[in-house]
Amino acid sequence: MTLLFLITIFLLSMFIGYFVVQGVTPALHSPLMSVSNAISGVVIIGALWTAALAEGFNAEEILSLFAVFFAGFNIFGGFAVSERMLKLFEKKGKNK
Amino acid sequence: MIAFEGIFLIYLLSSIFFILAVRGLASPASAERGNHLGITGMAVCVLVTLLVVPSRNDVGIFLALIAAAISGITIANKIKMTALPQMIALLNAAGALSSLLVGVVQILRHQAHAFDTSVGMIIGAVAFSGSCVAFFKLSGLYTFQRLKFANLINALILGVIAFYWTRFSIDGTMQTAYMMIALSLVFGATITLPVGGADMPIMISVLNAASGFAAAGIGFSLSNIVLIITGAIVGASGTILAFVMTKAMNKNFFQILFQHKNVEQKQALNEKTAHTASVQDAAFLMQNASKVIIVPGFGMASAGAQYALKNMTDVLEDKYGVEVKFAIHPVAGRMPGHMNVLLAEAKVDYEKVYGLEDINPDFVSADVAYVIGANDITNPAAKTDTSSPLYGMPVLDVVKAKTVIFVKRSLAAGYSGADNPLFFADNTLMLYGDAKKITEEITADL
Repeated sequence: MTLLFLITIFLLSMFIGYFVVQGVTPALHSPLMSVSNAISGVVIIGALWTAALAEGFNAEEILSLFAVFFAGFNIFGGFAVSERMLKLFEKKGKNK
Repeated sequence: MIAFEGIFLIYLLSSIFFILAVRGLASPASAERGNHLGITGMAVCVLVTLLVVPSRNDVGIFLALIAAAISGITIANKIKMTALPQMIALLNAAGALSSLLVGVVQILRHQAHAFDTSVGMIIGAVAFSGSCVAFFKLSGLYTFQRLKFANLINALILGVIAFYWTRFSIDGTMQTAYMMIALSLVFGATITLPVGGADMPIMISVLNAASGFAAAGIGFSLSNIVLIITGAIVGASGTILAFVMTKAMNKNFFQILFQHKNVEQKQALNEKTAHTASVQDAAFLMQNASKVIIVPGFGMASAGAQYALKNMTDVLEDKYGVEVKFAIHPVAGRMPGHMNVLLAEAKVDYEKVYGLEDINPDFVSADVAYVIGANDITNPAAKTDTSSPLYGMPVLDVVKAKTVIFVKRSLAAGYSGADNPLFFADNTLMLYGDAKKITEEITADL
């Protein structure tokens, strides 16, 4: 894929992000942060590619596996904490 | 790298899930579904990657994922809601570190353009060390605020990073790369260290954006669209949040990052001129009011007073038929929306919780404004006193309420260092003590 194509995708995605986040109510800014934080753990895809290509036991392999672990921690922790937070908001809506 | 069409489309699908996830957060009713869409999107792209990429390393990857799941979910469930800002900082640090490590491996293998990969590595390193410092500061493990010549040091470091970046893009050697990474780590720390207290919500948003951009940078180096799309969305979202916060403080990014105010807390001398109240006075005023507006700040979080407040609200509403509302300033607390989450935790109905613009016209008709653990965000000098460091910042108009009950430990100035004339106003009653204890005592007296 050419760099130009990737830059196009990047810039258009920035605009999508801008418009999507504009709609978020201030009361949900904390969950927004933690959900977007969890989503940024998507770098795990990069970590999985590099880990899969490691040849035998060396620095590259260890670093890749650490990258998988840290991104995974970001993802699992981020979604779990968002879920906890959002449960708090949902419940009240129903109790009313 | 390898990019055949099938996996490209799956990654595109995941990206769409992520966009819908953020979209779901627009309203409390659809927010939980939004989170589930995010989880689905993540599961899809991770599983497909695991299935498609021929790996010699399945056991290691599997173990790393299990360890991540156990530690991540355990910590997320154990953490107290008041400690949320630290948790976000910690998670952000982990994500940024992962971007940095992937970049390093890419370079060790000479598989990527040095220039593309450097962007991801530099931003990842800055976001990582910055988030670590933010984590320590938010946990209260570290309170150091002033850094001498901070701006000069930061400018110098930034210059040297640029130099190594250019050099690395040309020579591509590991030594240059390590220097570039080390300096980026230092830069992340030095830029976060002097930012404190009330400016923290902005810094957290900036760091969140940075980890998104780091992932996007790695996406460029791997030619991976899901990283680019998602990183760009997270980056944009963090940037917008930071703008919303800075606007709410009438500042700009540069002031947050480069103009560090003297945070020495001045103890107001004339404690006598402030009117003080007893718990009984406060209870009496509130039970005879027809409308009470509660204004929480970081003090509510640090005292864990949200449940006590909810109890007080219930008694006021059920026993005395008082109309109770909550007023939340955009920068109250230590992260965007911090107060809303804590009130939600205590099961305060979110329809009673209002933002700055919606609640301000209400203060005129309020009998009591109950300010608990907040200070700068209520300071009327922000409107009138051009010499105040807060001048121009939109504040909650609590001073317009018939009576202001101000629960606070002392008359000390807030984070901004500005004295609050509200303490000495004729309609203000000061109640000294711990936010939670005082609220409980008032409730007992109602």
